[in-house]
Amino acid sequence: MKNKTLYNYILGIADNTLILGQRLGELCGHGPSLETDIACTNISLDLLGQTRSYFQYAAKIKGEDATEDSIAFLRTERQYVNVLLVEQPNTDFAYTIGRQFLFDVYHHLFLQGLQQSKDVNLSAIANKAIKEVGYHQRFSSDWVKRLGDGTEESKQRMQNAIDDLWRYTDELFHTTESDDEMISEGVGVNVSELKEPYYNKVKQVLEEAKLNVPESKWFQKGGKRGIHTEHLGYILSDMQYMQRTYPNMTW
Amino acid sequence: MSKNWPLWEVFVRSKNGLEHRHFGSLHAADAEMALENARDVYTRRNEGVSIWVVESKYITASNPVDNGELFEPAQDKVYRHPTFYDIPDEIKHM
Repeated sequence: MKNKTLYNYILGIADNTLILGQRLGELCGHGPSLETDIACTNISLDLLGQTRSYFQYAAKIKGEDATEDSIAFLRTERQYVNVLLVEQPNTDFAYTIGRQFLFDVYHHLFLQGLQQSKDVNLSAIANKAIKEVGYHQRFSSDWVKRLGDGTEESKQRMQNAIDDLWRYTDELFHTTESDDEMISEGVGVNVSELKEPYYNKVKQVLEEAKLNVPESKWFQKGGKRGIHTEHLGYILSDMQYMQRTYPNMTW
Repeated sequence: MSKNWPLWEVFVRSKNGLEHRHFGSLHAADAEMALENARDVYTRRNEGVSIWVVESKYITASNPVDNGELFEPAQDKVYRHPTFYDIPDEIKHM
């Protein structure tokens, strides 16, 4: 492979949208109401659409027999480099919304950066995706406020979700080796610079939602190096089942 | 949960220059949610450029019981249709 660093860099972006898309997709037909079910599934499809654009580009770089499907379905758990946040389960609707919100704020800032990438393919994908993600952020922020500033129960559940998921937020701003190299070439986004605007935005929404901003300084990391929580294996066994059982199948 | 949410009517303008048309209804807890739900339920296949939502309880509807006095008197008033004029040949597309 000629440009392995770029390839790895793309996986670092697209594994997040792939795994979060798959997680949200689990709610298809199981959402708390018809309207929220469709909303979550729409967001899931947006994310999977973005993933396809990234993987199609990655497959071209990888060459040989690589396709978007082989990259999505035929890697082992350690080869996925998504952040831990996106693989966390749909414990209840507050967790689904909390996870989405904590990712969306990051995702929007990240895509703003990626629009400036010197790589025209990546900046084109970012230009298209940022409109979708703008809506995701609006949807999840509104729900955080609605649940946080809702009933006693909804407030407690939303607070629990934010408190539990908070430990996965710091990892969003860690850079990997391929990140560093791509940043120096003007292709990649320096995510460490997004940390301040991220926490400012998150705090602003949490305060509007009358929720407490967690103060814990203890954070989990590992996803970007392929070290995952126990949840990813289950996601992959669901997601990869068809391709593993019927290799090369298509619809 | 949605049992407790009020019902909203959704009106969508499918393109600029056309009027908003009634598309259907949905449940939502507040106006903002109704707008977002309408976007997701009714415009996901590129059906619209503008959405109105209004809580169903604010719509005053005619009562079917009154249909006789409201609508039947119009049935035999064909002269209210402008069909009794000869249209000159030069005028097309009428």
